[in-house]
Amino acid sequence: MMSFTLQRVMKAFVVILGVVILNFFLIKMAPGDPAVILAGEAGSGDPQFVERLRAEFGLDQPVLVQLWNYVSGVLRGDLGFSYRNQVPVLDLILDRLPATLLLTGAAFVFSLVTGILFGVLAARNRGNVLDSIITTLALIFYATPLFWIALMAVLLFSLNLGWVPPFDMETIGAGYTGWRRALDIAHHMILPVVTLGLFYTAIYTRLTRASMLEVMGLDFVKTARAKGVPKRRIIRRHVLRNAILPVFTFASMQAGQLVGGAILTETVFAWPGIGRLMFDALMQRDYPVLLGVFLVTAIVVVAINFIADLLYRFVDPRIAIA
Amino acid sequence: MTRWAALALAGAALLGGAAAAQSAPEGEPTPGGTLNMIVQPEPPMLITGLNTQGPTLYVGGQIYEGLLTYGADLAPLPQLAESWEAAEDGLTYTFHLQEGVNWHDGQPFTADDVVFAAEEFLVETHPRWRLIHEAYVEDVVAQDDTTVVFQMKKPFSAFLYGFDMSSFPIMPAHIYQGTDYRTNPANSTPVGTGPFKFDEWQRGSYIHLVRNEDYWKEGRPYIDDLYFRVIPDAASRAIAFEQGTVDLLRGGDVEGFTIRGLSEMPGVETTTAGWEYFSPQMFLQPNLRQEVFQNADIRKAIYHALDRDFIVNAIFFGQGTPSTGPFAASMLFHDPNVTQYPFDMDAAKELVANSGVDLSQHPIRLLGLPYGATWDRMTEYVKQQLEELGFVVSIQPVDAGGWLQAMGNFDFDLAFSFLYQYGHPAQGVSRIYYSDNQVRGTHAGNNGGYENPEVDALFRKAADALTEDEARAAYSQVQQILADEVPVLWMFDMLNTTIYRDKIHNLIRTGIGLNEPMDDVWIAQ
Repeated sequence: MMSFTLQRVMKAFVVILGVVILNFFLIKMAPGDPAVILAGEAGSGDPQFVERLRAEFGLDQPVLVQLWNYVSGVLRGDLGFSYRNQVPVLDLILDRLPATLLLTGAAFVFSLVTGILFGVLAARNRGNVLDSIITTLALIFYATPLFWIALMAVLLFSLNLGWVPPFDMETIGAGYTGWRRALDIAHHMILPVVTLGLFYTAIYTRLTRASMLEVMGLDFVKTARAKGVPKRRIIRRHVLRNAILPVFTFASMQAGQLVGGAILTETVFAWPGIGRLMFDALMQRDYPVLLGVFLVTAIVVVAINFIADLLYRFVDPRIAIA
Repeated sequence: MTRWAALALAGAALLGGAAAAQSAPEGEPTPGGTLNMIVQPEPPMLITGLNTQGPTLYVGGQIYEGLLTYGADLAPLPQLAESWEAAEDGLTYTFHLQEGVNWHDGQPFTADDVVFAAEEFLVETHPRWRLIHEAYVEDVVAQDDTTVVFQMKKPFSAFLYGFDMSSFPIMPAHIYQGTDYRTNPANSTPVGTGPFKFDEWQRGSYIHLVRNEDYWKEGRPYIDDLYFRVIPDAASRAIAFEQGTVDLLRGGDVEGFTIRGLSEMPGVETTTAGWEYFSPQMFLQPNLRQEVFQNADIRKAIYHALDRDFIVNAIFFGQGTPSTGPFAASMLFHDPNVTQYPFDMDAAKELVANSGVDLSQHPIRLLGLPYGATWDRMTEYVKQQLEELGFVVSIQPVDAGGWLQAMGNFDFDLAFSFLYQYGHPAQGVSRIYYSDNQVRGTHAGNNGGYENPEVDALFRKAADALTEDEARAAYSQVQQILADEVPVLWMFDMLNTTIYRDKIHNLIRTGIGLNEPMDDVWIAQ
């Protein structure tokens, strides 16, 4: 176990370092740099102005020196300074991370709970109306692009029905505190969470249903039924327990997107999360911010994978640690 | 003969009249209320001295002030300078500052702050001031606490047109002097002299400004709170206005095709005023280093081949008026009586036929502006027209960074571009044509490679002119020459529509529009 953990940590370190270096060069290949963009957005700026900015950002140094400066900074826990915002990158990221984690975390729980629930319901009622309705809906949400669902949801539930606010994370200027504020945020969360979660709900539904049906035909289920175990209990203890593995695999993939997977949802719903920070940084060639977000994303993916590997043993004890 | 000094004095004298005219709107101003707006995209910072992007100026304009501002007719109006004089020889400018002005942290605003801005801060950080300072300004002196004198190396007829809050924002010397301006920790809590003070910035969500109780104009501002909200999706921004979450949309906040629908809602007003100082003009820039574009007849043929009324009306939903020449119609010294190139495909084809050039031998790349669907449609339309003319055209796909890089490296054949004209041709127009302004690394110079010593001489003459008539004569002549040679195809003067609810009064009062401090704006309660 110890050597396993150590090995994984070493691997993770190499992977993350690789991600940083690869991204660094990829970003450098994009045309334009932050100094040019700043001057461009100002609508003027002579070359001397641009050169001065470049020198200030350290962009006048050779690329390898820039890379070394960045990597050695990261190793010291310093993610650098945003060229554009003139704020430490870590502050920017920590500022925006909670909003994203709240959104993606809630969507994760939402899709897992609803997906498994619908999957079980469909499998239990295989072939009848409920099953058809569930599988049809799952197919629709699986196939429809996210942004379209988002826009239609805003149109229907916010504009026509007026049930939920169309965007923002909370009521701006209301000055709510404590529980009132939590309630307000929850109200604002409904649309983005459902929008973001529906795709995975559809996947979990289909996976759970298919996997359950497969397990239901196995001998030990027949035995249980012959023993006279109540149907409800067979489903819960025997079938679902054995059918959950594919869902678990997919859930660990969704969990890997906790940080970087919500750009579109954040944009449509004006959610002040990290996805938008990343997108803005990309358009503005704010390299340190972009690299910082990539780094955090990579760390989360690696960490989630590690946890998932450990959890596999509990979900299915037949799987030993490699 | 009108002297610059007379113009300046007239501007100062106008103060009384303008103030009187402003205090008689419909109904009595009612204090209080909150104004919700959108800032798009989110600015990187609010320090207008360090960043002159549109969104920074929009928010920062309520926090910081300049010495002057400009009317819709571009006449200089007082702001932090209550009056000013220019010597007849054009070598001395004296500004008399408002008394009793304090920074938001309570420190007094004095002439030293102006000197600091002019001689230190802006020289290092501002994209335009450094050039003016280097070429024209000899010395800046604080004579006493409220008097600043600019000594010039030589006369500059546009000098008084560069003192608004975007061209010459005054920064607090007591906070910045002797520090590294860009990394000064005070940058996260801007301190200005304006009618609103910084309160809070939730990045990605909103910026909140509150009323400056200590503002130097008695009883102003009327409004208590300003919220600038960050809503990244254009459709969501339109919804925000429809639902009343925000009461004001600035030009560019929503797509052209939603403007009409929003403006027809009850209780909603629109205006295109308030952009006169910036006068953005959109143009097609041929790269004159290419053989095919060195032929003036080919340039004229392309100009004739484009139906600019169609572009403005069908593609931009009326958000513009076709340009009549190199100066936007709202600019000083604009001369409409120059050669025109109306849409005429037959004339265009004839020009090409007579030139003897086989256009199919000169495949060209079209560099479009990466600002979304509307701009893409225009690029596609131009491609179609050029192909009808006989060109083989491909579109260079770029994002903002790619566009700037291609422009800055002269790596384009035919590029779309637009520039602000900044109140005076010497600030925003001549830079496109000066032969010696072909410098790599910027998109806002003479990127096309136009060279005409006569044009250079005329622009210089106008810039150095001591009288308005002298400047006007030179500018008229240069407009004639440019219109005859078409080094650039002036497409249209861009219009920006401000949409707002009619409970907001006195919203647009000057030629810098929404960047003007909202001290006189009030909301009917």
